[in-house]
Amino acid sequence: MDHRPQAWGRPRDDVYGAYDASYLQNSGPKTVTQSPVVTGTSVIAIKFNEGVVIAADNLASYGSLARFTDVKRLRVFLDSSVVGFGGDVSDMQFLDRHLNELAIDEAYDAAEPTPETPTSPGTLNAANLHKYLQKLMYRRRNDFDPLWNQILVAGLDAASKPFLASVDLRGTAFTSPSLATGFGSALAQPIMRKYAATEEDAARLTREQAVDVVKECMKVLFYRDARSLDKYSIAVVTKAGVELKENEQLERQSWAFAERIKGYGTQTV
Amino acid sequence: MAMFSQNPIMNGPSYSFNDAPRVNGPEGARQHRFDPYTDNGGSTLAIAGADFTIMAGDTRLTSGYSINSRHHPKLFKIGGTTADQKDATIVLSVVGFMADGEALKERLDTICKMYRYRHGKPMSVKACAQRLSTILYQKRFFPYYAYAILGGLDEEGKGAVYSYDPVGSYEREQCRAGGAAASLIMPFLDNQVNFKNQYEPGSGEGHALQEVARRPLTRNEVETLVKDAFDGAVERHIEVGDGLQMMVITSTGIEEILLPLKKD
Amino acid sequence: MFRNNYDNDSVTFSPQGRIFQVEYAAEAVKQGSVVVGIASKTHAVLVAIKRNAEELSSYQKKLFPIDEHVGIAIAGLTSDARVLSNFMKQQCLGHRLTYGRNMPVRSLVDMIGSKAQVNTQHYGKRPYGVGLLVAGVDESGPHLFEFQPSGMTEEMQAFAIGARSQMARTYLEKNLDAFAACGREELVRHGLKALKESLVQDRELTVENTSVGIAGVSKAEDGSTKVEPFKVFDGQDVNAWIESVADNKEGGAAEGEGMDVDG
Repeated sequence: MDHRPQAWGRPRDDVYGAYDASYLQNSGPKTVTQSPVVTGTSVIAIKFNEGVVIAADNLASYGSLARFTDVKRLRVFLDSSVVGFGGDVSDMQFLDRHLNELAIDEAYDAAEPTPETPTSPGTLNAANLHKYLQKLMYRRRNDFDPLWNQILVAGLDAASKPFLASVDLRGTAFTSPSLATGFGSALAQPIMRKYAATEEDAARLTREQAVDVVKECMKVLFYRDARSLDKYSIAVVTKAGVELKENEQLERQSWAFAERIKGYGTQTV
Repeated sequence: MAMFSQNPIMNGPSYSFNDAPRVNGPEGARQHRFDPYTDNGGSTLAIAGADFTIMAGDTRLTSGYSINSRHHPKLFKIGGTTADQKDATIVLSVVGFMADGEALKERLDTICKMYRYRHGKPMSVKACAQRLSTILYQKRFFPYYAYAILGGLDEEGKGAVYSYDPVGSYEREQCRAGGAAASLIMPFLDNQVNFKNQYEPGSGEGHALQEVARRPLTRNEVETLVKDAFDGAVERHIEVGDGLQMMVITSTGIEEILLPLKKD
Repeated sequence: MFRNNYDNDSVTFSPQGRIFQVEYAAEAVKQGSVVVGIASKTHAVLVAIKRNAEELSSYQKKLFPIDEHVGIAIAGLTSDARVLSNFMKQQCLGHRLTYGRNMPVRSLVDMIGSKAQVNTQHYGKRPYGVGLLVAGVDESGPHLFEFQPSGMTEEMQAFAIGARSQMARTYLEKNLDAFAACGREELVRHGLKALKESLVQDRELTVENTSVGIAGVSKAEDGSTKVEPFKVFDGQDVNAWIESVADNKEGGAAEGEGMDVDG
């Protein structure tokens, strides 16, 4: 510490080197996300006859460190859609704030309240929201400043049919009866496709079946994805609205298989 | 006391963090640069007939070895009055990086809609084709990574197919295959549509060989040809499959056909 | 001689609290031929009288499609209207591109409202010399809005602007209760009848001078809304409607008590 009165309390230059003032400049090259830092792993979702089930665990990892174990990665939009985020958590939080603004704007633009709908949350449905997010993500990739996420949007479209779509950090967007991001696309998607290979299959699934499939997939992901957690959020979107549970615990786990696999647990040979 | 003299020479510490090694490794060691492109696979095909054009594409969307979607169309109607494109007369197919392909489609469609708003008539395929080339070339140094094919009917009512590279080189052709399986389908098309390497049996040998007479194909022939071409491509290319989307452009409008392909 | 010192620009209030340039712009709207708009639960229609400057010239267009779900009727300076029309077209295309839906009519009208207001608060600018009726359908159903050069916008069930439009408004007020339940054809007929009220003594509705624009919406059985795109009808396409409101066919319940055509 510097003891001279004119610089009391500051690090001594002869010890730490001269202060690098370039950190204080706000001119100079713009910084962009070059790689994700704190990340969330898979988000999975499947359509059923009258809506969509979507789930993601509550973990935010810092590399291989399980850094934050209570991070909610599902977000409700206008009481009618759910957005699930995989990838960088700070970019997720940026998008979350951005969607808050969008929701407020939409509520202002929405029709004046009527006796039937005293509070109109707006008419931006999941399909509209997905289109908007695709444009946002694609714009950011064009600026070489990507938002490092893969996003699932679950809800209903203009015809009140179940809607499920994905968009990633390059603005690539697609839909499918079931979707999964990250590890989920390799581990959960094959399981979900067994139950909903086509739109017709998905339209025959009941809500209970869909929830069971998703819970089963979350369990498989916890078994095999090292950056996953047994605490997760799950949401069901239907015409009636969104039911979001944010502190679910994986149930009926069985680690019996571990005994037969070398490298798991304690083995003597 | 010398301790408070603050004279570094007299009283300098015998340690320093000044030259501590940087935490980050050497430049480029953990650098993970953002690649703005991916290849979403898939294949497209267009054949011009005497008074029709058939455009086709598979509906699989991949990235790497993953199938993202089994139903993601690559064919788009362009320049209709309304969003459902009911009265459109032009079809655009794109393959490569789908986000770019779809952005390209929306650019072209908006331009066609503004043209209609200003001039009160739809854009001709020829004009649309030239405009598409300009759009692609405008992004010469950050290209749309998309292989586009534009199909419609020309001023005389004949089938017209225009094919493009990602930076806007284009030409009008009789037929063209694009995308992942282009190199598998194109030779088949040369042989079947343009009758390349087909000779009259028994017409002689060497220079005496007579080429089979070229004739315009009928709509039914072309539809079968398209299906055969894609069945072949599905067999030999992992990025092609799931569904076949066809659009038949005639003077009465655009007919859309969906057929299944192998899903493996 | 008296001279108004407070009307040289649109940024100076008169001592009475008026901005004369804005009021003069509102007068320009009254110079334009009359346009009528009505909204029911299923449709929004615009009807207009087109004028020709002289016998030999063509008729000036009064109705313009903006996007597939919105159209406008104009009264005032046509060239100013085109600036607004182009702006609205761009906004609708942009909205459709980013959200994949019809732009809500209210948002669209709010945007031209804000745009026009700017012209009344900056030195050297001139207010738009045109009034609009904006008719369209969106997810909350059919809508009709009035737009004035001051930047004022207001949602209406039925309205008329332009020369002698008071007569048309009187008709609309009288029949207001009937509009909400009207079907497409009935709504057009009400529009044309209102238009007739505003005609000069010996003028008639003809296929040359009448324009009709319609946008509609219907609920499909699966809960989705099907939009009938905004379309303008001119010439022979409006003949049947004109004939159905011809004087000798009238005498129905909807007609007022023999209001004189020219008061």
